[in-house]
Amino acid sequence: MANDTQKLIREIKEGCFLTAVFLSAVIAVLPLIAVLGYVFVKGIGAFDWAFFTRLPAPVGDPGGGMANAIVGTFILVGLACLVGLPIGIFGGIWLAQYGSGKRGFFIRYSADVLSSLPSIVIGIFAYVLIVATMKRFSAIAGGFALGIIMIPVVTRTTEEMVKMVPRTLYEAGLALGLPEWKVSLWIVFRTAWNGIFTGVILAVARIMGETAPLIFTAFNTMYWNLRIDQPMASMTVQIYNYAISPFDEWQAKAWAGSLTLVFIILLVTLVVRKFSKRVYYG
Amino acid sequence: MDKLPIKMKASGLNAWFSGKQALKEINMEIYANKVTAVIGPSGCGKSTFVRNLNRLHETIPEAAVAGQVFLDGEDIFRPRYDLVALRRRVGMVFQKPTPFPTMSIYDNAAAGIKIAGRVDRGILDQTVETALKQAALWSEVKDILDKPGIGLSGGQQQRLCIARTLAVKPEVILLDEPCSALDPISTGKIEELIQELKNDYTIVIVTHNMQQAARVADFTGFFLLGELIEFGVTGKIFTAPIDKRTEDYVTGRFG
Repeated sequence: MANDTQKLIREIKEGCFLTAVFLSAVIAVLPLIAVLGYVFVKGIGAFDWAFFTRLPAPVGDPGGGMANAIVGTFILVGLACLVGLPIGIFGGIWLAQYGSGKRGFFIRYSADVLSSLPSIVIGIFAYVLIVATMKRFSAIAGGFALGIIMIPVVTRTTEEMVKMVPRTLYEAGLALGLPEWKVSLWIVFRTAWNGIFTGVILAVARIMGETAPLIFTAFNTMYWNLRIDQPMASMTVQIYNYAISPFDEWQAKAWAGSLTLVFIILLVTLVVRKFSKRVYYG
Repeated sequence: MDKLPIKMKASGLNAWFSGKQALKEINMEIYANKVTAVIGPSGCGKSTFVRNLNRLHETIPEAAVAGQVFLDGEDIFRPRYDLVALRRRVGMVFQKPTPFPTMSIYDNAAAGIKIAGRVDRGILDQTVETALKQAALWSEVKDILDKPGIGLSGGQQQRLCIARTLAVKPEVILLDEPCSALDPISTGKIEELIQELKNDYTIVIVTHNMQQAARVADFTGFFLLGELIEFGVTGKIFTAPIDKRTEDYVTGRFG
C-alpha cells in the first residue's frame, strides 16, 4: 500500500514537472508566433505588385512601393560580405589552427566583445571613420558598418567548424606530402565549409535586420540609387521612417515592409536548413 | 642481416611530448623491401617512433625531438630539409581510416596528386586505377568511383587510405596500427596486401597484435617505455629472444 502511495506522489510530481516544462516551451515561442501573426495580418493588406516594383510615393499619393529599399538592402548586405567574409573566415582559420597562445586568446576575446557591442556604436564608428571623412552618407559606410557586425559571428563560427575537423584529417593530408597551406585549404577548410556556410548565412540574416548602424551611414533615399558612394535606401530604415510617420498609408507600407523583410529572412534561414548537410567523420 | 640494404635508420633518436620523454636514444635500421614490425604495449612509444620517420610527430605543438633519422643515408632532421618531398617518399596510413569526408572515392585516391598540382586527366585516371588495384579495392569500387569515400565499410576505407598513399608513389610506407579498427576478414585482406606490397616498397608496421607481427614481418623491434629493447629477425624475436623483457612480452606475461 505504501508503495502505491509513493508511486502516486511520484507520478504527480512528474506530471507537474512535465507540464511546467511544456508550458515554458509554449511561452517561449508565443511571442514569435504573435509577432509573425501580427506582422502578417497588418502587412498583407498593403501588399500589391507595385510594392516590389515602384519607388516610394510622396505623402498623399496612393500606391508606390519599396523597390529601391529592397534592392538597397541586398547591395548593402553584399558590401558587408565583402568586408566581413574574408576577414571573418581567414581570422577564424587562424584562430583554429594557430590561436592557442596569448595572441589567440586576445583576438578571441576581442571578437566576443565586438559581437556584444550595441550595433549603433558600430554605426557611430563607421560614421566617424567614413561618413565624416567622405563628407556624405554612403552605401560604403553602411556596408562597412554591417560588415564589422558580421566579422565576430563569422570568425567564431569558422573557428568552431574548423576545430571540429579531426586532426587526423590534417595529419593524413600532410602525410600525403601536401604543403601545409594546401592541407588547410583543400582538406580542413573544405571539410568545415558546410558548417561555415551555415554560419555565414545566419550572419547575413542577422545584418539584414539591422537598422541602427544604417541610420547615420547609408542613410536613406526615396529614389533609385545604385552608386555605392551615395546614400542608399534599405528596408529597415525605410520601415523605420514609415513607421514613425503620422500618415496612415505610410504606416501601412511599414507593415508591408516588415512582412517582406521577415519573409526574406525566413526564406534565407530555411534555405540554410535545406542545404546544410552534416558531414560525417568516419 | 648486415648485408641487406638499409632504407631508413634512426640514430640516437629522442622524442618528447609535453615535456615527457616518449623515445629514448633509439637506434634502429629499416631494411629496404622488407616488412619491419614495431611491437610493444600501449604507450611504449611505437607510434611516436614511426611518426618521426616522416616528421609528423613534431607537427603537434607540444612535441619535441632530437637525434637523427636517415633516409637513403641522408639526415631528414637536417635544417631546412624539404618536408613535402620527405612525406612524398615516406607515406603513412593511420590507425583509424581517414578518408576525406567531402571527397568521392576517386578524389580520395587522387588527393595526393590532384591537390599538389595540375595533372593530366588521363594520367590521373591511370594512377588512381593502379593504386586502387594495388590496394585490392578496385573490383569493389570501380563502378562507384563518384560515391563518397565515407560510404564504404571500415575495411574498404582503410584500403582506400592505402590506395591514396600508394598513388603518390612513395618508397616507404608507414602503417600505424592499420588493422586495429577492423574486423578479422578486413585484417586478413590488409595483411595479404602487405605481403604483395613489400616487393615494391619498404614497409614499417606498428601493431599491438603480436600474431600479426609474426605473420607479416621480416624484422621486429620491441619497444618498452620509450626504449628499443630488442630488434631482430621476427622468428628469433618470438622464439628465442635475448632480453628477458622481450620474452615476457611475447609470451603474454605482461602488456
